[in-house]
Amino acid sequence: MEAIVTRGLSKRYRDAAAVEGLDLTVHRGELFALLGVNGAGKTTTIRMLSCLTRPTAGDALLGGKSVVSDSQAVKSIIAVSPQETAIAPNLTVRENLELMGGIHGLSRAQAREKAAALAERFGLDQIAGKRAKRLSGGWQRRLSIAMALISEPEILFLDEPTLGLDVLARSDLWEMIRALRGKMTLILTTHYMEEAEALSDRIGILKNGRLIFVGTAAQIKQKAGAERFEDAFVKLVKGETLQ
Amino acid sequence: MRMLTFSSRTAKEILRDPLTAAFGAGFPLVLLLLLSAIQANIPVDLFEISRLAPGIAVFGLSFMTLFSATLISRDRTSALLERLYTTPLTAADYIGGYLLPMLPLALAQSAVCYTAALFLGLKMRVEILWAVLWVLPVSLFFISLGLLCGTLFSDKQVGGICGALLTNVAAWLSGTWFDLELVGGGFKRVAYALPFVHAVELERAALAGRAADILPHLAWVLGYGVLTAVAAAAVFTHKMRRS
Repeated sequence: MEAIVTRGLSKRYRDAAAVEGLDLTVHRGELFALLGVNGAGKTTTIRMLSCLTRPTAGDALLGGKSVVSDSQAVKSIIAVSPQETAIAPNLTVRENLELMGGIHGLSRAQAREKAAALAERFGLDQIAGKRAKRLSGGWQRRLSIAMALISEPEILFLDEPTLGLDVLARSDLWEMIRALRGKMTLILTTHYMEEAEALSDRIGILKNGRLIFVGTAAQIKQKAGAERFEDAFVKLVKGETLQ
Repeated sequence: MRMLTFSSRTAKEILRDPLTAAFGAGFPLVLLLLLSAIQANIPVDLFEISRLAPGIAVFGLSFMTLFSATLISRDRTSALLERLYTTPLTAADYIGGYLLPMLPLALAQSAVCYTAALFLGLKMRVEILWAVLWVLPVSLFFISLGLLCGTLFSDKQVGGICGALLTNVAAWLSGTWFDLELVGGGFKRVAYALPFVHAVELERAALAGRAADILPHLAWVLGYGVLTAVAAAAVFTHKMRRS
């Protein structure tokens, strides 16, 4: 079974189409990146796939479950690490992790055990008792991603995970994301071309709410006839007719 | 279990905010001391401790509205609530998770108020315990109002509406600071059409051991409490689904 299958997935706001007729298949265990300029429809797509926004047409099946008719079932197999750091500021690192565990139905003992294991894996164990609001931006982002993993989701959405981070923090997060490859399906949105190229198995390019190309970074460069991935992206986005 | 996890987080967020202690317990205590000092110099029936303490206990609950409204409005504008919307938490889990932890806080606040009143001359009697417990139905109204305001307004608006307007309205229309008979007319009719004066009269009747006098006021307070809770739940659920 594929991790994600969308058929004609669309979202319209009055007269404007944010996403139009999206047909996309993401394989299980794949790291799939969605690229696009501002307003291309990346965030709306992620919001529909994570049950935050209801599609106006079409449907998406995640693990075979419909976001339209069975959103509760979808929510039980996904996790989202939003663009903004989504943590409870007055809770400690450990409490934030346990909060997400409890919300996903883990018993207190299970949540505690998994929180401890995740804290160790993400290097958060030394600061487990520190309040989340006192952490630096990079550590908060790290915690935010760890929180998304406590439920062991089948599909993890990473929305601009390294936005605003310095080079070292970004490098650390890349390592973390690489370590997750193959263990779950990862959907990544990013503005950073090098990030998409370095991390992704396949990349989907959105423009004006439509998917204009899907392929590996090498296929995208080949299609655009460009040496550098960024140049290929620009060429594809500027050209109207490619598919 | 999910609701309990979320309510535990609500309690921690509120209790760890220093403003909670300052306004939740400190401000009502300062008022109690100040008005008792006035009473000691210029005796007024209204400020006699057995009439004043119930008024202050009810006035203190308006801060419960402020705390719950502030937390919810901040959650709404942060990425945390959006993240939680992608989890299996239901609307009932959110509403219970925000409401439930506020009830013991309201009980604790009124217990502090009546304990302070004991030091200011209130006679030790079993009715004090009843007065503390009767705070529960009263607090349902104030906490639900917080849920409603937090769902409708931004945290800045909540500061103005719940922090300034509500605390003043709750004070003026409660018969705590001045006798409503002295103003009479439309002001008195409006006051008795709202729950604040009934909440104070309920507490005064409970403290005086006048059980028969509790019921008519309880009907008003519970009526407003249930209506506000239903409205808050409906608005929150609507906003959650729309988002």
